[in-house]
Parts: sequence; structure tokens; C-alpha cells
Amino acid sequence: MKNNKDRQETGVSAANAKERPVREPLFHVVKRAQLPLWKSIGIRIVAIVAALLLCGIMCFFLLDINPLTFYKTMIEGSFGTERRLWKLFKDIAVLLCISLAVTPAFKMRFWNIGAEGQVLVGCLATVACMRSLGGILPEPLLIVVMLVAALLAGAIWGLIPAVFKAKWGTNETLFTLMMNYVATYLVAYFLIKWTPNGSSTLGRLEHGHLPKLLDNEYLLTIIVVALLTVAMFIYLKYTKQGYEISVVGESQKTAGYIGINVKTVIIRTMIISGALCGLAGLLIVGALDHSVTTESAGGQGFTAIMVSWLAKFDPFTMVLTAFLIVFLQQGADRISSIFNISNAFPSIITGIILFFIIGCEFFINYKVVFTRREGKK
Amino acid sequence: MSTSVALDIVGVSKSFGSVIANNNVNLQVRHGEILSVLGENGSGKTTLMNMISGIYFPDKGHIFVDGEEVVIRSPKDAFKYKIGMIHQHFKLVDVFSAAENIVLGINDEKYNIKDVNNRVLEISEKYGFNIDPQKKIYEMSVSEKQTVEIIKVLYRGANILILDEPTAVLTPQEIDKLFAVLKRMRDDGKAIIIITHKLNEVMSVSDRVAVLRKGEHIATVETAQTSENQLTEMMVGKKISLNINRSESLDLDERLVVSGLNCCDEYGVKVLSDVSFSVRGGEIFGIAGIAGSGQRELLEAIAGLQHTDGGEIAFINPDDAERIDLRTKTAAEIRELGVRLSFVPEDRLGMGLVGNMDAVDNMMLRGYEKSHVFVNRVPPKKLADDIIDKLQVVTPGTSTPVRRLSGGNVQKLLVGREMAMAPKVFMAAYPVRGLDINTSYTIYNLLTQQKETGTAVIFVGEDLDVLIDLCDRIMVLDSGKVTGIVDARSTTKEELGRLMVKASSTEENEDITKEGGADDEK
Repeated sequence: MKNNKDRQETGVSAANAKERPVREPLFHVVKRAQLPLWKSIGIRIVAIVAALLLCGIMCFFLLDINPLTFYKTMIEGSFGTERRLWKLFKDIAVLLCISLAVTPAFKMRFWNIGAEGQVLVGCLATVACMRSLGGILPEPLLIVVMLVAALLAGAIWGLIPAVFKAKWGTNETLFTLMMNYVATYLVAYFLIKWTPNGSSTLGRLEHGHLPKLLDNEYLLTIIVVALLTVAMFIYLKYTKQGYEISVVGESQKTAGYIGINVKTVIIRTMIISGALCGLAGLLIVGALDHSVTTESAGGQGFTAIMVSWLAKFDPFTMVLTAFLIVFLQQGADRISSIFNISNAFPSIITGIILFFIIGCEFFINYKVVFTRREGKK
Repeated sequence: MSTSVALDIVGVSKSFGSVIANNNVNLQVRHGEILSVLGENGSGKTTLMNMISGIYFPDKGHIFVDGEEVVIRSPKDAFKYKIGMIHQHFKLVDVFSAAENIVLGINDEKYNIKDVNNRVLEISEKYGFNIDPQKKIYEMSVSEKQTVEIIKVLYRGANILILDEPTAVLTPQEIDKLFAVLKRMRDDGKAIIIITHKLNEVMSVSDRVAVLRKGEHIATVETAQTSENQLTEMMVGKKISLNINRSESLDLDERLVVSGLNCCDEYGVKVLSDVSFSVRGGEIFGIAGIAGSGQRELLEAIAGLQHTDGGEIAFINPDDAERIDLRTKTAAEIRELGVRLSFVPEDRLGMGLVGNMDAVDNMMLRGYEKSHVFVNRVPPKKLADDIIDKLQVVTPGTSTPVRRLSGGNVQKLLVGREMAMAPKVFMAAYPVRGLDINTSYTIYNLLTQQKETGTAVIFVGEDLDVLIDLCDRIMVLDSGKVTGIVDARSTTKEELGRLMVKASSTEENEDITKEGGADDEK
């Protein structure tokens, strides 16, 4: 007891509050009631600005780059030339496509981190069709076959973990993750098989290119993904299946209570999720790369998870979050090439900004109340 | 010592977002008295106690212990000021013995389990507890676990004890025992605060009663100078009748016949054994029993949510007397057979409703399956509006997530939705748990309405007074066995209390292993 008193007294002198006989915590955290939309958007904007400021300051002190040049270069990275602008749109489209694909699974609380693999098998299936049927089938028919093959391959890659989850309750996170490695090595295997010279690099394939709209190689991809965004929004919000996904995601107990067959929903949703990843694979190969490597998905299967989460699974918000992430990456890439800095730098920048964006969610859900000193009243 | 003020709360306020949980509350408890804190749910009782025990920090106000102002920032601080709280949900380590749990987290003494055992026995003897310090928690009954929790705070030298709804999980006999112990602690000079909303308990155990309403302190009165009616009036603000309007049962035909039903939980522990009963249309069939005696499994088995091992659950269609066995059917199959079976489960937001969805989407849970590709939100919207209007649900609108609503309003939405199905069988598990008196009576009246339309109503309840006043017949379950089916109009609380522990007292040994198993699953 004596100890306590001593502690209290030192506390008083430290807090320098004569009126208050006791010490109070400096601040405490209170959960907010619902925040008006403009305020929550405001907090997010403040977070992004603060993050950019911090990046600028870091550049200035660590790399001796003028912050203004830094921001200018960053913006130029995405908007500098017409070509870069199109590339920005294309990259957003591909990332958005994969994000849309993982969204139904995430909404169902099925942690599908296997988008990377699902995209990759989509790519592989497309290339397989292009190689084996190119020149044999007429081009339009070939494209149809490619489409079916890509969707099917992705769907199967999604279906396998879903079936195991539904039947035996296996952990989908580990399972889908492992399926990524299987997909990568499958691609590696076929690359060796298809390239007898041992280079393991497949050149551009001649057949089965998706049509160029208005002579722009990116336009088709962008339009397809734009349509997909709208379709996914409608699917999740207005269809019976979308409703079932939400119920299963929110509470499997409620789903059971109401007579939803949870297993069917899990399997069906993962087929859709996988198939859309396969579609992304088709777009990557058929419209853009015309070839496949083990890096065809390029980690976007993982980035997509972030895009989807940041947007709270809303397809239209995902356009913004995908833009943000692609913009950051391109800007940071540009900076590291212009100023000749290590290519770890883009990752640092992206990391800082994402940290702020995710961190600001705290201030949206909670407020910090500082204890008022009585003297200030 | 016995008249000095132990704990004095002055002008304490606390709000969560826009909800004011406590507004300028004053409360005093003296050494050597039992103070009941009485209030409806949502009146701020638990918030207040959590501030005393260091879980929340007040926005405003002062707390004095033995006349000195204190700041309680954590449960550790509370313990420092010799305040101990016994929570509603026990916080014990199952595989540890009673003594090990009691000494857990005490740093300032050398760990010597023998000394601990002896001191625990000393404390037990002093206050009349009955406990074996070496018994493992998983072998204990609920009441024994509660005893461990109480000794835990006494062991740490608590002078101010707060008990949060300690009687909710006990049988009448165990409640008597607990009260005897509390009185001995009071006579020893401890200050005891007991939170409850059961009026008869307040009258029988406490010296003074503090009444809270909507976060404000209404009054503190001497128990001897008040009455249940007066307390109710203070609690709800206006006088309400305590009588449930029970109509005569229609005495229609049998609607649901359960015979020889057996059921094991996922760990193979038997939770229902050989349960047989029948429910008639136009009656309220009550099910009583200590929490966890198989009530949940029974209702879920009928609703097609629980796997069963043998027996029959027959639904007799009142239109054509067709007999349908529901036992092996899933919820979806029951629905497709056209059996209109409503179920208000115990876990409202986790099972009956989806907390993050709004009222409209929650209404749609029933009936969405009739749509084809797109869902139609017009009928559920209309239903939601109807329920909000008729049952006076307080909500900002039909697009607010239902988890933001208070417990009573959530329950009104759920009950309203289930009634809109025009059910032939209506099952409700603890439908008034956590609700204030007004809402509880709304629910009772709705159940009675259902009965009057010829529905077979099954009501699982915990308040024996309500069961006796509301139901036509009451079945008592104990450890998954039917220990009796009695006529509610002629039974007594004592009889129900005896039936609630009948199976356990005759087969004590078998029961202990069972309870151990039942705890493991949590």
C-alpha cells in the first residue's frame, strides 16, 4: 500500500496537475459510432497525403532527392506519356480482373490466396491451346477454345481446395497456397518440354491473339474488365447466389439454419473465382504477352487480395484501390530507374503508403480522446 | 467498520460512440452490506461495474475507495484497491485444479501449492463454501466453478466483491446456497454488489437496492422498505402488470411427436437420451432445465440442424393428418416439404440473423430461396417496415445493420420474421434472454397470440416464474433426459427445481464425467 502512495505522488508531480489529486491516463480510445462518409473519405485522403509527405522527406534525407522532383517523377511514371497512361490502364485492368475474381471467395470468408496459381494455370492452358491448335483451327474458333480452356483450368484449380474444404474441412489458406507452387512448377515443366533447346523460354506465339480494338492492344482487356466489374457488382449485390455468398461468409450457422447448403455454395463460388482467375490468365497471354513464363502472374494474385480487402469487397471501389496500387508501383519504378536507386525502393514506398492507408482504418473505427486537464477549461 | 463507506462512485459517466451507457451515476456501498444493482438490460449496470473493476475507464467522475480517490485503469489496479469482480462467464483454466486457478496470476508470493490448498480450505470453511481445492475445473459443475471464482477474489484479499448476474446459471437450490455464503461474507464486513434483474432475489438477499434506468441512477432504497412493485416501477419508469395473460389452451390434436430421440455431440458425448414428448397445436409447451441440459440440441434436431442417432420426430400436418418424419431431414428438406416450422434460436445474431446485414436482407433469409436468378427485395422491405411498425422496433431505418440495434429490437425483428411465416410449429429458445421487461412481455404476448391461432409453440426458458405463468405444460430436461412433464397450472417452482437436478442426483458419477466432456467442447 505504501508503495502505491509513493507511485501516485510521483505521478502527480509528473503530470503537473495541482488540482487533480490523482493521475489519469493521457488518452483513451473510444469506438466510434458510424462516421459520415465524407469524414471517412477525408481521413483516408489525409492518410495518403501524410504518407506521400513522409516518402518525400525520406527521399530528401536518405537519397538527397528534392521532394518536388520526387513527386513529379512519381506522377510522370503513370501519366508522363500516352503510352505510360495506356500501360497504367492495362495494369489496372489485369490487377482488377484478378481482384474481382478473388472477391466472391473472400466475401464468403474462404481465404483463397491461390489466385496466383489459378491465373498461371489459365495462362498455361491458353498457351497450350495456342501451341497445339494454332494454325489448325481458324482463329475465331481457336480463341473460343482458348477461352474455354482457360476458364476450365482456373476453375479446376479453384475447385480442388474447395472440395477438400467442403468434404473434409481442410484449411483452404494452406491448400490454395500449395496449389500456387504446383502451378508454378507445372509451367516450368511444360516450358522445358516445349523448348527442346533447353532455354526454357518460350517466344511469342503467332496464333490465337485476341483481336485489337481500334488498333490498340490494351483496349480489349480494359473493356472486358470494365464489363466484368459491373457484372460482379450485380452478381454480389442482386443475385440469389450473391446473397447466399454473403450469408455463408457472415455466418455459416445462419446459412445452415436457413437451409443454405454451405458445401454447395463453397464449391460453386470457388469454381467462379477460379474461372475468373483463368480469364485473367487468358487476357495476360492472349491479349498482352502471347507467351507464358513462371512469372506470368507476377505476384498479382497476391496484390489482388490487398486490392479486394482495401475496397472492402466492393467492385467499384476496387477500381480506385487497383489504380492506387498500380500508380504507386509505376511511380516508384520510375523513380528507381531515373535516380538509379536500388529496385527495393519501390517496395519501400508502396509499403509506407499502404501502411498509412491500412493504419487510418483505426482512426475511422475509433477515436482517441485526450483527457482534458481541468486547468484548461 | 460495518457502517463505513467502502466504495463511493460520484458522477461517473461513460459513453460508447453516441450511446450513453452511464450518465452521472452516483453509487455507494458500505462495508458489511449487500447492495443489489437492479436495472433492465441496457440500463448500464455492467458498464458501471466494468469501470469499477478496471475494464473500462470512465469519461467523467470520481471513484473513492475507503474515502480516498482512486484511479482504476486496469483489473490489476482494481485488485490493488481490493475490488474483485466475478464475471458472468467464468475465466478458468479447465485442466488446472481449483487451487491452481486461484493462485494463477499472483506474482508476489512463492508458489507453494500446499499452502494454497490450505488457505483455500481456510477461506471455504470461514464462509461455508464446499470445495475440494485439488479438483480439476473440468470435473466441476457450474456452481462449483462459480465458487472457485469467488474464492479467487477472496484469496487476493478483496473487500469489495462484485457479482455479475451470479444466479443466471444456477438451480434454485444452488441459489439458496450462494445467498447463504454471500450473507456470511457480509457479516464478515465485506462490501458486496450483486447485479441482477430478478426481483425476488433482490428482495431475499440484499440490504439495499440501487436502481439504474437508461444509464442513470434512479434511487437507492432500503430493501426492507420497498416492494417488488415499487422496484419494477423505478426500473421501467411506469407501472406495468406482472401478470401474463394466459388463455386456455385450445386442446387441439398432436402436432409434433418426438419419441426415443438420441443425440451425441461432435465429441461423442450423449446430449439427448431417449427423449419423448408430444406437443399439441394451440398450446405453449415449455422446456425447463439448467443451461446445457440438451435444450439447444433438441430444438436444433427438430429444426433439422443437428445430427441425431435414432428415434422419431414426427410432424402431423393439421390439414390432412399426414405424418412426416423430420428426424433425417435437413432444414432445406423440411422447408421443401412445406412444413412451416419457425425457430427463434438462442444465438440471435449468430444464427437467427446476420449481424452485418440490414433489416431487409435479414427478412430475406426466409423466402429468398423462392427467387430464381435475382433476389427481389420488395417483399422483405415491406415485411421489415411492417415489423418495425407493429412491434415498435427502434431503428434508424431498414438499411442499418441489425447488430447496431439493441438486443430487444434485434429480437423483435427475429420473432417478427419467424411469425410472418404463419408457422404450424413455433420454437423459441430463451427468447427473452437479455431483454428488458417491456420487450419481454411483448414477446410473451406474441407467443400467446401464436398459440391462440392454433400453432404449437415450444418455449425454452430459464425464468421458472415465467415458465409457470406462460406455458400450458412444462417438460424438464436434465443432462439430456426428460425428468418430467408437468401441468404448468398446478406445478410449483420447487417441483421444477427438483426435476432440474433429478437425473444428476440419482446418477452422480456418470454425470460428472458427462459435464467434464461438455466443458471440453467449449
